[in-house]
Amino acid sequence: MDLQGITRESDYRWVIEPTGAMRVPAVLYADDSLIRDMDDKVRQQITNVASLPGIVGAAYAMPDAHWGYGFPIGGVAAFDAEQGGVVSAGGVGFDISCGVRTLVTDCTREDVVRVQETLAHELARAIPAGVGSTGRLRLSAEEMDAMLTGGARWAVRRGYGSSEDLEHIEEEGCIAHAKPAAISQRARQRQRDEMGTLGSGNHYLEVQWVAEVFDAKIAAGFGLVAGRVVVSIHCGSRGLGHQIGTDYLRDMALEAPSFGIRLPDRELACAPIRSDLGQRYLGAMRAATNCALANRQILTHLCRDSFQSILPGTSLRLLYDVSHNICKEEEHEVDGVARHLYVHRKGATRAFGPGHQAVPQSMREHGQPVLIGGSMGTASYVLAGVGTGEALSLSSACHGAGRSMSRHQATKQWHGRRLVDELAARGVLIRSPSMRGVAEEAPGAYKNVEQVVDVAERAGLARKVARLEPLVCVKG
Amino acid sequence: MGDWQHFAHGADIGVRGRGATLDEAFAQAATALTAVVTDPGLVRPVEAVHVQCRVADPEVLFFDWLNTLVFHMATRRMLFSRFEVRVTGDRLEAEAYGEAVDVQRHAPAVEVKGATLTELAVRQEPDGRWIAQCVLDV
Repeated sequence: MDLQGITRESDYRWVIEPTGAMRVPAVLYADDSLIRDMDDKVRQQITNVASLPGIVGAAYAMPDAHWGYGFPIGGVAAFDAEQGGVVSAGGVGFDISCGVRTLVTDCTREDVVRVQETLAHELARAIPAGVGSTGRLRLSAEEMDAMLTGGARWAVRRGYGSSEDLEHIEEEGCIAHAKPAAISQRARQRQRDEMGTLGSGNHYLEVQWVAEVFDAKIAAGFGLVAGRVVVSIHCGSRGLGHQIGTDYLRDMALEAPSFGIRLPDRELACAPIRSDLGQRYLGAMRAATNCALANRQILTHLCRDSFQSILPGTSLRLLYDVSHNICKEEEHEVDGVARHLYVHRKGATRAFGPGHQAVPQSMREHGQPVLIGGSMGTASYVLAGVGTGEALSLSSACHGAGRSMSRHQATKQWHGRRLVDELAARGVLIRSPSMRGVAEEAPGAYKNVEQVVDVAERAGLARKVARLEPLVCVKG
Repeated sequence: MGDWQHFAHGADIGVRGRGATLDEAFAQAATALTAVVTDPGLVRPVEAVHVQCRVADPEVLFFDWLNTLVFHMATRRMLFSRFEVRVTGDRLEAEAYGEAVDVQRHAPAVEVKGATLTELAVRQEPDGRWIAQCVLDV
């Protein structure tokens, strides 16, 4: 990134003061090498976001920020509805409520290593993954509506998991004010066979072990014990969310002129929160969020069943489930004033600090768990929200490593089968229906997640709690 | 080899089709869409799906064309390899020929979530050839 006109405020905070159409500053969190490696497009996109109507405070880019569509991936922006604030489909992303949930088991790494092949085989059999895969569930129109308004609570009512799970999910498993009526028939059709499926690309279900604990007190509070096994699931709202993203991106782009919104780029398509289109999108997006929460709940159930068949008696307790592609209504203090804001996080994770009411009671003193997915075969991290994050980034942190290489380059550089063999030799079993998919997701095609997480911690956005290393990875 | 290509875009991928006519550029870009998932040469054009789109803006028409294909790929669990496209004014009519996904044979790499407005362009080059392109979210 060209650093001309960017002020370095501290080792990890870079500020672009408002110029031209910008209404607020743009703030980027990165170290020297991350900011230099960031695409100039991130700068262009984050300053474009800073020019949108009703934006409050600043437009933020997380340490893993990269070029997205409209908003950068790793972008955070909050809008005030009372000041003409907008909601943007591109500010949420196509995979609405894509997120990570982590389950804590009472198995040791050795317990799993003994049955690693069998467990990998069973999980690959039980978890529908990849292009063309379907779930076992077929929803009637009435049940689809119940799922879209009920989220993970609906899934629990249907027998997937238990009510204790719900306390450890963002919004206790169900986001309010979902509007199934705002969803197209196409979106419903795309979801018909996709409940309880993982998807493809960088989505995965991974069996991991706690390889390092950085903060013993918080780790204990989260139930993370060195040497024990956890399971992390990374996926989103499947075809339903993708179609809602498509539908509303189009509608917002076509209708923006009627709202008098001048967009520097059509891909920034948005609508005033206080407009029919803005309200319909919010209702549809919340329904897609419930779909993602229900989907991860069903996958959790399938995963628990698989563990029972291979390692009977294992408990898989839900640590937390948090989305990283979402727009949420939240209260934040900006310049000393409490504001009700619509916070977009696209490829960014909410990271509330200790004491926040939205953090489950059992973990409230530690701060909200922030789940950071690695790339296939590399480490993942559990962080905890910190008090300083509120003023720095509206309580937001990074979400993952971020790609450093295109899919095309990755397939030229790596061979899927060879990669699977190499990782197996290192004790990581990959199960995927597509070897080309494996090559495209090669660990080397991603940035170093450790560096991203370190910068997030040093910048004061979150605290490192534990590092998770993979044992089995089921991919689409 | 058709006149299509992919272009890099961060985590995602761009598709670009070229042709002597707008219809051909749209068809070539659709082949590039399939090539994100699998080698189009592996997809047998044995079943036809009719596609219709209507919107005045040619760029939005292209966006709608690719997204309608994404919809059919997802709901029919199909891949397409041959396209007959006819654009008349604000209306697109097309036949997409393909077959059901065969995971063994096609080894599909990734599912396409949707076509985006990013790098969206439909234009005629100085030499008269047409280009249609945009970034896909995968």
